[in-house]
Amino acid sequence: MIPVCRIEDLPEGESVRIEAGDATAPIAVFHTDGAFYAIDDTCSHQDASLSDGWLEGCYVECPLHAALFDLRSGEPTCLPARKPVRTHAVTVVDGMLYVHPAVQTVPGRPVHAAPEEAVA
Amino acid sequence: MTAVRTVTVVGASLAGLHAARGLRSQGYDGRLVVVGEEHHRPYDRPPLSKEFLTGDGDPGEGLGPLALTDPEDEAELDAEWLLGVRAEALDTAAGELRLAGGRALRTDGVVIATGATPRTLPLPPLDGVHTLRTLDDALRLRAELRAGAERAVVIGAGFIGAEVASSCAALGLDVTVVEAAPLPLVPQLGEEMARVCAGLHARGGATLLCGTGVAGLRGAGRVTGVELTDGRALPADVVVVGVGVRPVTGWLEGSGLALDDGVRCDEGCVTALPNVVAVGDVARLDRPGTARTVRAEHWTSGMLQGDVAARNLLAGSTVERFDALPYFWSDQYGARIQYAGRREPGDTVRILDGDPADGGGFLAVYERDAIPTAALGVDRPRPFMRLRRELARAPQPAGR
Ligand SMILES: Cc1cc2nc3c(=O)[nH]c(=O)nc-3n(C[C@H](O)[C@H](O)[C@H](O)COP(=O)(O)OP(=O)(O)OC[C@H]3O[C@@H](n4cnc5c(N)ncnc54)[C@H](O)[C@@H]3O)c2cc1C
Ligand code: FES
Repeated sequence: MIPVCRIEDLPEGESVRIEAGDATAPIAVFHTDGAFYAIDDTCSHQDASLSDGWLEGCYVECPLHAALFDLRSGEPTCLPARKPVRTHAVTVVDGMLYVHPAVQTVPGRPVHAAPEEAVA
Repeated sequence: MTAVRTVTVVGASLAGLHAARGLRSQGYDGRLVVVGEEHHRPYDRPPLSKEFLTGDGDPGEGLGPLALTDPEDEAELDAEWLLGVRAEALDTAAGELRLAGGRALRTDGVVIATGATPRTLPLPPLDGVHTLRTLDDALRLRAELRAGAERAVVIGAGFIGAEVASSCAALGLDVTVVEAAPLPLVPQLGEEMARVCAGLHARGGATLLCGTGVAGLRGAGRVTGVELTDGRALPADVVVVGVGVRPVTGWLEGSGLALDDGVRCDEGCVTALPNVVAVGDVARLDRPGTARTVRAEHWTSGMLQGDVAARNLLAGSTVERFDALPYFWSDQYGARIQYAGRREPGDTVRILDGDPADGGGFLAVYERDAIPTAALGVDRPRPFMRLRRELARAPQPAGR
């Protein structure tokens, strides 16, 4: 479980990239549509940082080649990305936002969908 | 279009693949043939001058992360792949494509996606001299860079030349870039911003020599040096020539299609024949609302044109035009350059963020009469993207 920030420090429409430490790839955390989401920060297409992407509802557009990812599933909804990015569980405890990094799995397959209880 | 039973895509790379995808996603269920001169399935070229050269993993068998398709995707495409086969001529009257080896293919529709090929210089054919366009080119260059080459000379400081130089520098080679113009990239970026980007070479540890041409090569069998027109000679173990590309249209001579530095087509990628479209680096399109034509050599146009061309081919006329804002990116010396829009000589540059002088990245907007025409970002992906979106929506100054 990695502390991200206080929820008031991540306003709606904003994102933050966290370095989760050894063996875990950087994670991008988003606040959009009244919920928080966390996915792997590195686009599955090439090496752009999705926390720099354009947020539109539950989707983020990659800043390099405009692939669109569904924040709930990590699945790309358009080319050029074809592989999903991993999603990570998010919780809020006492106004503090935490990410629970998903276990490293075979690259390309998510293990957890973002939890429904992700709160705004 | 009525009675389209066979569509043939010539060129099995980015633009051809996206046209094939476009045809299927728009409901075309006839025969789809993809003809490609290379033996490889479609793969991505941009990494070839970047991480593919510097990456330390063994390239191994197959295409790995370069692959543009996977088995699932190929199943959906349901195409016949004729790989390692060159198209040699198109007989538009007979609806026939002639392939190397004398075979002919009857086809109702044609997508021309034969891309571009490197320009060359009149230099002797010595070992150690490379151009870079294909995976096989990159494999050869990569092997030499790893086999103990110490000094690289890159001829041409355009984007590909700069990326190759950057990769060579990252591999620890001593790199010199030779550019005939007084400053590289001026037509693309304008003088002020071209100067900033030229500065990246020094920052990355490479030497940039401008305003001098190449007079010849030294060496017998294998290159040992490059002679410059100003009399200097540069020792070299490896030479990479990156002096631009020309569209691959030679095979279309005699087809009756209009060829003019590319296959001429309207603003929807359609040639004078409604059943022949052209996409990607080989296509020269009318620019909507102007008397101009444009040919883009950028990945994003190649990808996006496929869909538009497929729609128009199936409709039998131009029902959609391609008017996406030009966009390209380049990675050099650890910096990510992104450019979007249509800059023209005389446009002024305003820095919105950062400072080009301090090497830490910046965002610039080009303007004409206070109207933004283009954006350039170095290591500013997020604000760049915002600006790119604004540009795409903004009215353009007349005549663009
Ligand atoms: C090293 C490198 C780095 C690049 N980096 C960037 C970048 O950072 N950003 C960017 O925006 N763009 C970049 N580009 C440009 C981008 O890759 C091209 O715009 C894109 O590949 C164009 O796609 P295309 O399908 O039109 O043509 P191509 O990719 O050139 O494909 C054409 C295909 O047609 C085949 N062919 C040709 N003639 C025949 C024939 N007669 N019969 C059958 N097949 C034929 C060729 O073998 C080739 O496979 C780069 C290009 C290269 C080479
Ligand atoms: S790096 Fe994200 S779409 Fe290419």
